[in-house]
Order: sequence, then structure tokens, then C-alpha cells
Amino acid sequence: MTALLEIRDLKAEIAGKQILNGYDLTVKAGEVHAIMGPNGSGKSTLSYVLSGRPGYKITEGQALLAGADLSQMSVDERAAAGLFLAFQYPLEVPGVATMTFLRAALNAQRKKRGEEEMSSPDMIKRVKELAKILDMDMEMLRRPVNVGFSGGEKKRAETLQMMLLEPKLCILDETDSGLDIDALKVVSNGVNQLRSKDRGIVVITHYQRLLDYITPDVVHVQSAGRIVRTGGKELALELEETGYARYQSEAA
Amino acid sequence: MAAVEETVEQVRRVGADQYKYGFITDIESDLAPKGLSEEVIRFISAKKDEPEWMLEWRLEAYRRWLTMTEPKWARVDYPAIDYQDLYYYAAPKSTAGPKSLDEVDPELLRTYEKLGIPLHEREILAGVERPEGEERPRVAVDAVFDSVSVATTFKEELKKSGVIFCPISEALREHPELVRKYLGTVVPTSDNYFATLNSAVFSDGSFVYIPPGVRCPMELSTYFRINEKNTGQFERTLIIADRGSYVSYLEGCTAPKRDENQLHAAVVELVALDDAEIKYSTVQNWYPGDENGKGGIYNFVTKRGDCRGANSKISWTQVETGSAITWKYPSCVLRGDNSRGEFYSIAISNGRQQVDSGTKMIHLGKGTTSRIISKGISAGRSSNAYRGLVSAHRKAEGARNFTNCDSLLIGDACSAHTIPYIEAKNPSCVFEHEATTSKISEDVLFYCMQRGLSQEDATALVVNGFVRDVLQQLPMEFAVEAQKLISVSLEGSVG
Repeated sequence: MTALLEIRDLKAEIAGKQILNGYDLTVKAGEVHAIMGPNGSGKSTLSYVLSGRPGYKITEGQALLAGADLSQMSVDERAAAGLFLAFQYPLEVPGVATMTFLRAALNAQRKKRGEEEMSSPDMIKRVKELAKILDMDMEMLRRPVNVGFSGGEKKRAETLQMMLLEPKLCILDETDSGLDIDALKVVSNGVNQLRSKDRGIVVITHYQRLLDYITPDVVHVQSAGRIVRTGGKELALELEETGYARYQSEAA
Repeated sequence: MAAVEETVEQVRRVGADQYKYGFITDIESDLAPKGLSEEVIRFISAKKDEPEWMLEWRLEAYRRWLTMTEPKWARVDYPAIDYQDLYYYAAPKSTAGPKSLDEVDPELLRTYEKLGIPLHEREILAGVERPEGEERPRVAVDAVFDSVSVATTFKEELKKSGVIFCPISEALREHPELVRKYLGTVVPTSDNYFATLNSAVFSDGSFVYIPPGVRCPMELSTYFRINEKNTGQFERTLIIADRGSYVSYLEGCTAPKRDENQLHAAVVELVALDDAEIKYSTVQNWYPGDENGKGGIYNFVTKRGDCRGANSKISWTQVETGSAITWKYPSCVLRGDNSRGEFYSIAISNGRQQVDSGTKMIHLGKGTTSRIISKGISAGRSSNAYRGLVSAHRKAEGARNFTNCDSLLIGDACSAHTIPYIEAKNPSCVFEHEATTSKISEDVLFYCMQRGLSQEDATALVVNGFVRDVLQQLPMEFAVEAQKLISVSLEGSVG
């Protein structure tokens, strides 16, 4: 069976500066991977390279989503193919109601996949269910996307988008940053509901804390733009004890 | 390619091909001799069978115009206009006063059908979307083709409530006392170069009178179409809302694609008496010229509303996407105590378009208030300037204004300018001014695209969000259409 995400010897740069240095990672459907590492190790870069953010350039190697070469796809094609990035700092879209945004995004993806658009009543019903799981007020969804949202509200909104769009591969970039413990539980609960045998989840985090709620199958340590160690969920606990110092020196 | 670069690339490709109203109607026209002279003015006046005083009025304006010079202060640049190389009157031959729609030339009906403008009363404006089951809004339309009105719908029904809605040439014959009482009282014949020219040669336009206490039972709309080559369009619109009445009026405009520039110098006068309210909306989609700046309409328009009565209100809402050059400042003279003026504008420029537009709020009466919300979007190699005046007379005790001007830039070859003038002669006034200029954010586009929206849809979404405050002011029936128009103007891929 083809892996959901297959990264082979990937090198990537921003403005001529190489950030990823021969990255290898394989995520199979049904797995949850955690990528941990010190600040500046290129964790967010990985998520931007995979999702196709302008300015992030692959110079060598390959990244395949369900066998398809991501470098040959535009940002929106990658999204329609099932790649979702939950942003560390979600962007504001002034004047565009969240509900309008959700509808536009979902139907754009469906259209690209040759599927029927979701009707407005079905859509509202589904969003209501999800908002309940995430303990969100429907009133919030009438407000412009992320405008005036607190840190916690933004992360809930990201999770709601992810649950609605039902991607094949979810990449969560520092989703725990800016969350208090209650919000962390709610968001983690949402993510856990997305765990399925058909879906892969990559959790990028600096701290072990999030992994108390989203239990990973595999934990990787990233340093200086590549994975330097891979283990089971116990590796996260070990890192909590020892810190990243030894990996930083290893990379240097 | 970076998202913004791609948008810029798409915008570059837009240009002329995207203007879907650029077709030419092949119809025989009755033209005045080329050029401008007293004879031509007499010709126009005779064609319209006008009273003697009207001819004198025109001639006086013409003589004054000869002494005036074209204004040069706007941030626009164009070659000198040869006023003798234009036709000042063009009328489809077949329309020598059609009595009913059945008599209108089928070629003209087809033209309006193509433009999505219903001239049959059972139809509704194209692009109007309503949930099923809800009654469809009815809109009365006056269709002006080159220099003449070719059809006006729902006249009979409006008449029942006392509303007069007809071509101004007809009003001059049927209601001369009303026209004479109000014409030129808001924009005098001496007002400015283009308004004076209009006063001399105006050929048609709409006339609206709402009697005291009447709420006009439907939206009124005039649809302007310039078809004939080398022809200027000089329409004149006069709307009078008598005491305690209300009317909502919409104006739309398109023109064929032609290589030479066409001149459009209209005058719109609004008069609101005590407690009356006029809401005037414009969706301006004149041909903007091709990507190299060839062709397109010169839109030199004077629009002014006079809040003549106490507690009256005039509101201008405009969506401007067309014209090679726009020079236009819909204004409010707040004469009546506690009167209110509003100006909501979306001005989009692309290609080589040049826009110098804004408003004037002249506070004369006590307790007058005004609000200005202007959203300018520049793309391509266009230039987009907001120019606005807010002034208070010595007697304008307690006048208030709030102004908000936002500019959005797409790409790095366009420009945006904000030129506000504020003059307060009464110490009790409160004038507020806010302005921002920003570039469309690459990060926001990336965020939207990561959720599955294409480059174009993401841009359209961001722009629609940017202009939302103003779109909300449009009559609902037209908001959908305006939203689409914005996407087309910027993207070129829609439709």
C-alpha cells in the first residue's frame, strides 16, 4: 500500500537559505506522527513546503501525497487532494463571514474533485454539530474569519475548518501555542475525532503537553532541518525530561 | 509563482477581452451635424420639440461654455478633446416616439436583452437572485440609448401613486412647470466646464417626481447605453422627492468596445424637500479601454444632491468599475437643518484606467450630518485617487462628518491617492477622517488557497470582504450583481 505521505531526501530553501537538509518521513494512513524539536529547527518550514507557501522552494528530493508529487500541484490543488494545514498563526480575512468562508472553501474543494456542492442547509447542520463538539458559539461563525478572535478561538476555528473539510492528511503546526488547558482539551478532542484508518495526522509541537491529549503512534525529533531520531510515544516523555540540548549539539 | 505575482499576471491579461458588454448594435441612427454650434443646439431643441425658454437656457449655457476652460486639477492625463469632432445627438431612427413596447425596434429590445435589462414588465433584471417562493422585486426601467430614451416601463402603475417617471424630454413637454422650477437649481448652468456643456447639449435622461408623503412603490432605474461612434452622451437626470417622500433609484451604464474614446458628460440633480429621502445607486460599467489604454469612455460627470428641506436625506452609493477616465464627485448640499448626506463608494481601477473621484459634503444647516465610506481598489497600471471635501458654513452649528477612505493595491504598478479637504467655519462641528492604504496580503491569499480556493476566488473573496461595508448599502437586488462585477473586473475568469 502506498504511504499517505512520503518524503524522500527533501531539501528546501527560503530566499536562497537552505532550511530542510535531506528530510525523510513516511506517514501511513491511520497513523498519528508527532514532530518535535527545538525552535529554529525548521518544523514550520516543513509544513509550509508541503502546503506550497510562496517563497518556499524544493531544491532536491520529493514529497508525495498518496503517490502524487506535491511540487507539481498548486496550493489549492494540494488542499483539494486532501492536505490541510492548521496554522500556528491563523490569518484574518476582514469582511468575510466565517460561514461564507467555510462554504466557499468546502465547495471549491468539492468542485475540484468533481463532487456535488454541499447545500446550505446541510452545511449549516454539519457546522452546528462541529461547533458543539468544539464548544463554539454559532455567533462566532457570523463574524469575519479570525478577526478579533482570541488565540483560543482561532485554534478552535482552525480545528472546525479541518473537521468540516475532512482532509486525508492533517498537519497541525504548533496548535497548542496560545491555548489554555481547557481549550487544549477541547481542540484535542476534536482532533481525536478525526483519527481514522483512512487519515494521517502530523502534529508539530515544541512541548510534550499536547501529546498528553493526542497520543502519537510515532514521535520524531527534528533538528537542523532533518529528522535525527524516531521512536514511540515514550520518546516524547524522554524529551520532556532531557530537553533538546543534546540534539542541538548533535546537529551543530 | 507567488500568489500576488500570479494575481498581477491575471489582472494583466484581463483588459479588453473581459468586457462582455462590448458589442455594437447595428442600427440606423439619426445624427445631428458633427461639431458644436448654436445650430446644433437649435437642432437638438427642435428634435425634442422643446419650449422656447428651454432653448434660451441651452444657448445661454453654450455661450458661457465658450468662455470657459477645461479643468486640469484632477490626477488624470488624457490627450486634448476635439469638441468639434463629436456628434452631440444620435438617435436610433426607428424610435420616433414609440407609444408602447410593441413599437420599440426589435433590434433595440435584443440589445437590452443581451445586457440583461428587461424592457418587458413581466421580466426582472438579470442577475437578480431571490430565494424561491419570495416575490421577485419589480424594477421600473428607463432605457436611454445614445441620446434618447427608447422605453420606460411601469409608467402607468407608477402614475397611480402619483409618481412621475419619464424621459426628461417628455417631462419638458408634459410637466414644464416642474422641470422649470427645479432644473439647474442644484447644478447651475455655470457650475463647471462639463456641466455647462451638458446644459447646452443634453439630449435625454430621466425625470422623477415623487409627490408629498409617497413612498415610491418600486425601485426606479435608468440604463444608459452609448452605441454610436464618435458620439458624446450628455444625459440629464432630475429627481425631486417632495415632502416626506422616499425613492430608491439605480443607474447602470455600458458601452461598446471602440478604439476611440467616447465622452460622457452627464449631470444629475437631486432635490429632497422636508423629511424626504433619496437613495441613488450607480453601477458604472462603461467600457474601460484595452490593456494599453486604447479606447474607453471619458466619464466627466457632475452629480449633486440638495437636501433642501429639514430632516431630508440623500444617499449616494456607487460601484465604479468601468471608464478609461473617471472624474466624478457625487455631492450633498446639506441645506435643511438636521439633513443628512451619505456617500458609499467602491472604485475599482485596472489596466490603464484613471480614477479621480470622491464626494463633497457641504454642511450649511444646523445639526447636519454626513458619512463617507470610500473603498478604492487599484490593480494593473491604474491610478486611483479619492478626492473629497467636507465643509461647514458658519451657521452649520453642530455639524458632524465621519469619513473613512481605504485603498487596496494589487500588484506594484498601480497607485492610490487620498486627497481630503476639510474646511470648518463653525467651531462646534466635529469632523473625523480615517484613511488606510494596504497591499493585498500574500499571506491571506495563501491561507485562503490552503483551504482550497483558487487564486482568483481567493482574491475575489478578499476584495469582497474589503468592500463589504459599501456593498451592504446597495439595494439587495443589485448587490449580487455588483459582487459579480467586482470579480469580473479584477479576475477576468468569471463568466
